[in-house]
Amino acid sequence: MRRLALTAALLSVAAPAAAQPPAGVQRPSNEAALSQLQLGAALYAGNCSSCHGVDGRGIQNAGQSNGSQDVRGLGPAVRGTGAQAPDFYLRTGYMPLGQPGEQPERSRPLFRDNEIRAMVAYIASLGGGPAIPSPQPQRGNLHEGMRLFASHCSGCHQIAARGGVVTGARVPPLQAATPVQIAEAVRIGPYLMPKFSEREITPKELDSIVRYVGFVRHPPDRGGWGIGNVGPVPEGLVTWLLAAAVLLATCMAIGRRLER
Amino acid sequence: MKRWLALLLAVLNGLRRRRLRRSEAEEERRGRIVPPGSPERGWETAVIVLLFAAALCAVGFLVIYAVDSLGNRTQLFGLTLGGSLGLLAAALIIVGRQLVVTEENEEEFPEAEHPREQEAIAQVVDESTSRLTRKRLLLGAGGAAGGALSLAALAPALSLGPLLDTDPLYATPWRRGVRLIGEDGLPLRADAVEEDSFYTAFPAHAKRDDIAAPVVVVRLNPAKLRLPPERARWAPGGILAYSKACTHAGCAIALYRKPTFTPTEPRPALVCPCHYSTFDPATGGEVMSGPAGRPLPQLPLMVGADGVLRAGGNYSGPVGPSWSGVRSRRPGR
Amino acid sequence: MIRRFVGTVDRATGASPLLRKAMRYLFPDHWSFLLGEVALYAFMVLVATGIYLTLFFEPSLTKTTYDGVYEPLRGAQMSQAYKSVVDISYDVKAGLLIRQTHHWAADVFVAAIVLHVLRVFFTGAFRRPRQLTWMIGVVMLFASLVEGYAGYSMVDDLLSGMGLAIGYSVALSTPVIGGNLGLGIWGGPYPGSHAFESRLYIAHVLLFPVLIGTLLAVHLALVAARHHTQFRTSPRATEKRLIGVPTFPGQAPRSLGLMLAVAAMLVLLGGLVQINPIWQWGPYDVALGTNGAQPDWYLGWLIGALRLMPGFDVTIGDYTLVPNPFWGGALFPLIVVAVMLLIPFAEGRLTGDRGPHNVLDRPRDAPGRTAFGLAFLTWVVLIFVAGSADRATVFFGADYETQMWIYRALVVFAPFVVFVIARRVCRELQLAERLAEDRRAAEDEAEQVSLPVSPVG
Repeated sequence: MRRLALTAALLSVAAPAAAQPPAGVQRPSNEAALSQLQLGAALYAGNCSSCHGVDGRGIQNAGQSNGSQDVRGLGPAVRGTGAQAPDFYLRTGYMPLGQPGEQPERSRPLFRDNEIRAMVAYIASLGGGPAIPSPQPQRGNLHEGMRLFASHCSGCHQIAARGGVVTGARVPPLQAATPVQIAEAVRIGPYLMPKFSEREITPKELDSIVRYVGFVRHPPDRGGWGIGNVGPVPEGLVTWLLAAAVLLATCMAIGRRLER
Repeated sequence: MKRWLALLLAVLNGLRRRRLRRSEAEEERRGRIVPPGSPERGWETAVIVLLFAAALCAVGFLVIYAVDSLGNRTQLFGLTLGGSLGLLAAALIIVGRQLVVTEENEEEFPEAEHPREQEAIAQVVDESTSRLTRKRLLLGAGGAAGGALSLAALAPALSLGPLLDTDPLYATPWRRGVRLIGEDGLPLRADAVEEDSFYTAFPAHAKRDDIAAPVVVVRLNPAKLRLPPERARWAPGGILAYSKACTHAGCAIALYRKPTFTPTEPRPALVCPCHYSTFDPATGGEVMSGPAGRPLPQLPLMVGADGVLRAGGNYSGPVGPSWSGVRSRRPGR
Repeated sequence: MIRRFVGTVDRATGASPLLRKAMRYLFPDHWSFLLGEVALYAFMVLVATGIYLTLFFEPSLTKTTYDGVYEPLRGAQMSQAYKSVVDISYDVKAGLLIRQTHHWAADVFVAAIVLHVLRVFFTGAFRRPRQLTWMIGVVMLFASLVEGYAGYSMVDDLLSGMGLAIGYSVALSTPVIGGNLGLGIWGGPYPGSHAFESRLYIAHVLLFPVLIGTLLAVHLALVAARHHTQFRTSPRATEKRLIGVPTFPGQAPRSLGLMLAVAAMLVLLGGLVQINPIWQWGPYDVALGTNGAQPDWYLGWLIGALRLMPGFDVTIGDYTLVPNPFWGGALFPLIVVAVMLLIPFAEGRLTGDRGPHNVLDRPRDAPGRTAFGLAFLTWVVLIFVAGSADRATVFFGADYETQMWIYRALVVFAPFVVFVIARRVCRELQLAERLAEDRRAAEDEAEQVSLPVSPVG
């Protein structure tokens, strides 16, 4: 609600930033009759293979036409990414992309829950890879989380996880990310994000990071209205649009105005 | 007793009347300064109410301050104290606009210049120095004394810092053989550095709180490196280390842009979050975009017999933001 | 009662003639003349809250471990300076209220000065005999920027450390002497010696407040000596004759009311709207950075200029003459100060009107000045807005680098467009007024001519 109020206050001229959803997904007509793997395979063939290849090995050079709708796709291999990556990309609505190569944006997932589970199972079955992580934020340590977030994440995501900019791309805020999605993203490094192995960030440390991100989602704003927790830009807006405006009005109430 | 009392009252009454009469008379004699006006009982009531409300708010603040069990109090403090000030402000503004007599008086503007006074001042100065015969020499001597004394008085300011040489700007804690220590305080092993990730490392046995200390370490595919020829051996196994201080404004290079799928996504880059200077780790830290004017200094690396990363020497250039003459020298080896 | 009191005071000080004069000193009545007062009252709030904060702040970079109530920081290494400010926010009763009020007061102080400067400029109040008053005001404005910067920098949180790194780079970028200048101020290469914190502290709590306070006193003395300017609100208001409300009883309650209103606004903001929650940013370390690091609003124009400047250093062979941050961080503000300081003299020279003026122009009355002011303002404001382009990327999704190129183009061209349009609008307004006046005069004349012969009705 606070965020909403802020957005309304600050961004009255906002253009809708959400990417257009792709032309719609291809579903097999006999979904109910298929086994989970069959359903996953059918959905994969219909919606993913044009970029990721019919065999899941990816498409490295443009020009080939593959799969349905004759999309000339380009995309990384999914074989060997296990359940972790497809679960992340599908549940965040990152995939399918509208255009190959564009920045994936968080949006409403286009697939139903059982469909996502089927596709994840199918892609995991193509060849080994990590399972979906199960972070335990309650086991994490907030201080360790803040320290690790400051050294590994805040450069792009901003120290209170409000998102930011890297040259050439937008860095998403983590307000909507679930603990599982945060853990997945740390491991797979979606789009331009680096990825961090268990050797660099241990599962326990990851718990701490997830706990910290959950904490700053609704930080204890001791000072009052948090105005977005992004620092001086909204503070400046409050100075001018609220304080300066009220004080100008006070001056006008006290002093005389010129007659026309 | 009764008579005495009556007498006293009468005397007092008489005194009061006399005083009244006297002040009225005085007023008549002098004329009013502030013109009269008619009472505004409604506004007066409003002011009285506002003043009491302000008092109430201030008392509220005191109560909240005194009672410990009221939880997060900053908002209550602000509301009560700010509210009290605001009510008082409203009361005073009403007094100013509605209750005091509104006057519109006239006055002459003061003269912009006073030629006669100017002349008089000049004359005083002139005439005061009439006994002096060698004015020029006196002025010169006075100037010399004042100037030299000012310089002497300002000289201790030079102790503020190493004001007269820029050598400290070239100093770094890195030397050939110094081990890289990771953020966890443990030596950074070459085989622990993975592609697609980034690491911050510090020199062993040195102050971490030094702009030249932290380096950012990344590993790229050795086949994709385009380092200058003399740095061919600076990146064992494709592991590269760069100063973490941006050459533009000295902020920490805290962003590593790493593509997931190289054919469609931008190249790997090290980015500064302050003004988005972007450096290319594959070419030895060249500026890709942003306001930086100098490449990011690269730290040559080698792998020790224990598998730990070590500096192979000092940086390729001076660390941190530039100054006049920054390119004239390299940090000592 | 009153008479006894006045008598006592007069016998003790002999101040009655002065006091009487002060009470009947005239203030021309217009709302825009109160903007400077707003700045003055914000400054008073700053001094009062600032003194309170010094009672708790520890200006020391000595490392310590946090063991207070804010959980994410517990066990963290930090400077005593940072820790003491977290403690002010968490442990000192009403400490956070005072701290936030102080910070809001700083933001509002500069905003009020800017509004006041705009009023003075666009009405021509800077002309003779008030050029010195104007110049002192300009110096105060820029002293306030440095004062504010020192204030949020000495807290040693993540944002302040990043801001100091940028300040260091700007000092270093000064041609020829930059390296020595930076080393001198910081006492060594960044982040400098521990003494640097003491230097920041004494600058923030003594040097700059005293400088601003002294200039303020001179500024007000000069205003009083020359008396206020006025609008031509009635035919009685002329270059020679001032029409206004006396200090007492008219102006005093209004000014006091405004003072309390400013204090109320600042205390309400301080209690209800969070500003610079340093516990959320965490302590500074040279190896750390956060996205979206911004200065307080009044330095936003400098981060904008630093970001807009294309990346190059001026070099002669191997010798670096001008490092990049100089353009945006030093030259740009110097140009703005210089232009502002020269305005009274430049206008005299350009218009040939060097005479004293006590009656103000409306903006339309001086199309050239108004157009120049708006163009200059457009230039600075565009650069200011460009400084928050990265937040616009986060909120609206606009590509950052595209925005930078758009701003670069706008910064170069928009001021000229604004100049031409503003001058045109002023002239049209003047023309329309003159036409209306002529028509009124003609109608009056016609009425007078036709009256005698007009039939009934």
